[in-house]
Amino acid sequence: MSLTREEVEKVSLLGRLRLTEEELALMTAQLGQIVEYVQLLSELNTDDVEPMAHAVELSNVFRDDVLVASYDRAEMLANAPRSDGECYLVPAVLGE
Amino acid sequence: MSLVELGATALLAELEAGRVSSVEAVRAYLERIDRYDGEIGAFLRVDRDGALAKAEEVDRRRRAGQAVGRLGGLPVAVKDILCARGELTTCGSRMLANFRPPYDATVVSRLQAADAVLIGRTNLDEFAMGGSTENSAFQKTRNPWDLERIPGGSSGGAAACVAADMAPLSIGTDTGGSIRQPAALCGITGLKPTYGRVSRFGLVAFASSLDQVGPLARDAQDTALLLEVIAGHDPRDSTSVDRPVPPYHQLVRQPLKGLSIGLVREHYAAGLEPEVEAAVREAARVFQSLGATVKEVSMPHSKYGVAAYYIIAPSEASSNLARYDGVHYGYRTDEQAMLAELAAEQALYQSAGTSAAEPDSPLVRLYRRTRSEGFGPEVKRRIMLGTYALSAGYYDAYYLKALKVRRLIRQDFDQAFAQVDMVAGPVTTAPAFKLGEKVNDPLAMYLVDLYTVSANLSGIAGLAFPCGFSRGLPIGLQLQGPPFAEERLLAACYMYQQVTDWHLRRPSLS
Repeated sequence: MSLTREEVEKVSLLGRLRLTEEELALMTAQLGQIVEYVQLLSELNTDDVEPMAHAVELSNVFRDDVLVASYDRAEMLANAPRSDGECYLVPAVLGE
Repeated sequence: MSLVELGATALLAELEAGRVSSVEAVRAYLERIDRYDGEIGAFLRVDRDGALAKAEEVDRRRRAGQAVGRLGGLPVAVKDILCARGELTTCGSRMLANFRPPYDATVVSRLQAADAVLIGRTNLDEFAMGGSTENSAFQKTRNPWDLERIPGGSSGGAAACVAADMAPLSIGTDTGGSIRQPAALCGITGLKPTYGRVSRFGLVAFASSLDQVGPLARDAQDTALLLEVIAGHDPRDSTSVDRPVPPYHQLVRQPLKGLSIGLVREHYAAGLEPEVEAAVREAARVFQSLGATVKEVSMPHSKYGVAAYYIIAPSEASSNLARYDGVHYGYRTDEQAMLAELAAEQALYQSAGTSAAEPDSPLVRLYRRTRSEGFGPEVKRRIMLGTYALSAGYYDAYYLKALKVRRLIRQDFDQAFAQVDMVAGPVTTAPAFKLGEKVNDPLAMYLVDLYTVSANLSGIAGLAFPCGFSRGLPIGLQLQGPPFAEERLLAACYMYQQVTDWHLRRPSLS
């Protein structure tokens, strides 16, 4: 099964990427090749197999419910490309 | 013998006996880096001043008879994907070229508490995605055995710096073979611990159910020393396992009695180079001569490992890497240029109507431009693959299917380990390939991971070390054991290294 250019373009929007025409063409071919390879799995019957999401099947790891200091805001904002010292700044989200 | 040839265990004995100072040792390694790393490119950054200051401090404490940590004054290189507070941590990506984490990874804190001298940060494939270190946004790393060849990856810098004696100990990470494969291709020893053995807190995530931090060094003993320092429970990593840390460095020298080793029938299929197969079979004979029993076992699902892995790892990656949004930290596109581009598209859309595509909202375009400019081709490919595998209509066919196959692969190991203590096999089908040889063929690059991904999918331990040479290039042997069998794998490797000298061979650098 191969992928179409349109599918790849749609996936690039879902993945928040933007590909040039050239990248789209290359990605369509390469993803198609990889997706074709992973079809190998379909020859296995897995009807009665429980999916394994994790190697160590731990659940509900809790810590004690005590207050601990959080990170300093100024330190966290120091890596932000744009901030006003209190908040992260982004382009206008709501219309003008 | 020069200091850099001693290896970690012997150098530590010299330090402890007061015959060598940490400053002398660190200077010797820094000189070695000055001399050879221009060509090899293992380090992204070398912290000369910080390393010498730490070495002086350790020397002072040792001379005064005060307590000194387990690694007291030994240089350690760290893969540039573990956070260190206030220090650049780039992940080999333009996206994080200027990122300075606000906290230390637990492994970094443990190294500091053990009085390691953190000598520098090593190169890697961007976000640890790759098998050749060619995906680094910053530089190529070359194999010390042949500068025309790749060192393996993604921990290529971590392996190359040990192979070239530019650091005695090195920290790597392994999501699908990223410690074992470069260790094998560079002729050193590298361990992927059991999932949960070493904390992942502060390790920049690639595929969270597969990622594990581990040691690279010259031999089993040095690897055991570093593992002993970094292993252990961490309340800040909910997947870290609360289980005592054995004294690996001491246990490694205890010979294993009644050791049984399995050779996996399915490993010897088409694609495995005859010289690699011969070296692996010869290693099995060496184990037999040491009293081990060797028998054939079957792991019928091993051939599905790469396919399952290249669904699961990219799926997790596409989710983990969603955090690089150009807002919280890291690279951000030029906002003015982005708004101008959108205004032009908006005008076209209004005049041309439905024949043009509707432009993104400014926020979505900010994300898309940021990510397209900040990530390299392989990272984009994995995000695309993972997003596709998780998207509506495909989830069951790909992701869920891969998780089921993952269990079958784990069951193969469980069945094998009911018959033998560990399985031995190749790490790669062939020695190191040439730079550029596979860069345009992602699937060929993925297939290199054939023998390594299953340990990550299963969460078990895997150890790689040299067992021969082919045309002057190292060949690696892999021992894989059940969860928390690290001390047995290391002890078996130590037994092997007592009667062989592959691990003592050094590349000749000019």
